[in-house]
Amino acid sequence: MEHITLLIGIVIATALVFDFTNGFHDTANAMATTISTGALKPKTAVAMSAALNLVGAFLSVAVAKTISGGIIDESAGIKPEVIFAGLVGAILWNMITWLAGLPSSSSHALFGGLIGAVLVAAGTHGIHGDAVVMKVLIPAAAAPVVAGLASTLATRVSYRVGRRTDPKATARGYRAGQIASAGLVSLAHGTSDGQKTMGVITLTLITGNALAPHSDPPLWVIVSAGAAMAMGTYLGGWRIIRTMGRGLTDIQPQQGFAAQTGAAATILASSHLGFALSTTQVCSGAVMGAGLGRSGAVVRWSTAGRMVAAWVLTLPGAGLVAAGAALLADQGKWGVTVVAVLALAACAAIRTASRRRPVTSANVNETDTAEPQGAVTAAIAAVAPPPPAPAAGTAA
Amino acid sequence: MSIDWHALFTVFAVTLLSTVGLVGVFTLGVVGLSRREGGAAALSRTGAYVCFAACAAAVAWGIYLIVSK
Repeated sequence: MEHITLLIGIVIATALVFDFTNGFHDTANAMATTISTGALKPKTAVAMSAALNLVGAFLSVAVAKTISGGIIDESAGIKPEVIFAGLVGAILWNMITWLAGLPSSSSHALFGGLIGAVLVAAGTHGIHGDAVVMKVLIPAAAAPVVAGLASTLATRVSYRVGRRTDPKATARGYRAGQIASAGLVSLAHGTSDGQKTMGVITLTLITGNALAPHSDPPLWVIVSAGAAMAMGTYLGGWRIIRTMGRGLTDIQPQQGFAAQTGAAATILASSHLGFALSTTQVCSGAVMGAGLGRSGAVVRWSTAGRMVAAWVLTLPGAGLVAAGAALLADQGKWGVTVVAVLALAACAAIRTASRRRPVTSANVNETDTAEPQGAVTAAIAAVAPPPPAPAAGTAA
Repeated sequence: MSIDWHALFTVFAVTLLSTVGLVGVFTLGVVGLSRREGGAAALSRTGAYVCFAACAAAVAWGIYLIVSK
């Protein structure tokens, strides 16, 4: 760490804020069903997930090095302002979907934001189109299907094998299994998503000439990124946890175990075979699959439809916000300042809006049938044009 | 632009087999533990522990996969 300018300092701080939002946005992935089946108390669950996310951040730096060379072409002249704009887009999209209680992919928000900002600042040659399709779009379509089918089948098998047992007597066993597989998901999440932020910070340091090209992330980057994500995870995105644990379907311990194991297996298999799938979409798909696997369980397709609409909108939505931010930030110091002020104001407004219907660790397991659908639709419509939404809704 | 169908299919197959296998084995373990009466109780209890050990091994393998990347 030699000479770090104020601008690079701002970008790093923004990246850590994104990491924080990523943490609380994705707590649901590992812990939603663990909390809704009562395997762990809400506070214990988020504490365990936070600790494992932190540990995961230290396990590997392989993914961190792929973020820059993969989707974005650094040689196209990416400036710190552009990365800043991309991060602002990603943060705002995470906040909006959190307010709506929708589990959307934080990685897609990050990619969408960076892509949108780069498109505005450097044009289409700054983006590897093939890489976007191969690394983002196809995995996005495949993730929920793969995880969903696996956990549907696993749920069926589990209920068939255990059909002569008393559900009350066996629930404890399944809850224990659920905790183990949720821990695995948390660990894998810390390793993959924590590294994305490390990659962004490293890329910023390289563009600002504070680090040599192709460097590994310095230790202070790994520590701060891991800590930011762990704090976000511990805060807990209770709105999203409620949607995933209660809103999609009613989850029994046996289903929760099947869903969580399916999610862990999908994430590990895909990342190990070089086909990284979005943790959020894998976990949501697995929960729905487990819902379909138990006879008599209800899958709430309207909630699922809104969730899929949010998935489809995440890339363009975060991209549009980031593109606007990039236009402003490219104007110089005042532009960056305006973007920062606007972003802070928007986050404060979203936080205030969330206070009207707070969801906390105390009421996370209450089913809330009268969800604020108006706010959801309005928020999404305000950020991205509505046409894709109905199509996605019916396809779901 | 070519879609890597082979990788996609491999991920799909590995996920499906490992999930169904793991959940199936764990369920066998839970079922084995829940049998408390009769002479076969000790046997099914032992079988249950074998099942849980297999699951623990799978989790260890998973952690190894995360670390070794």
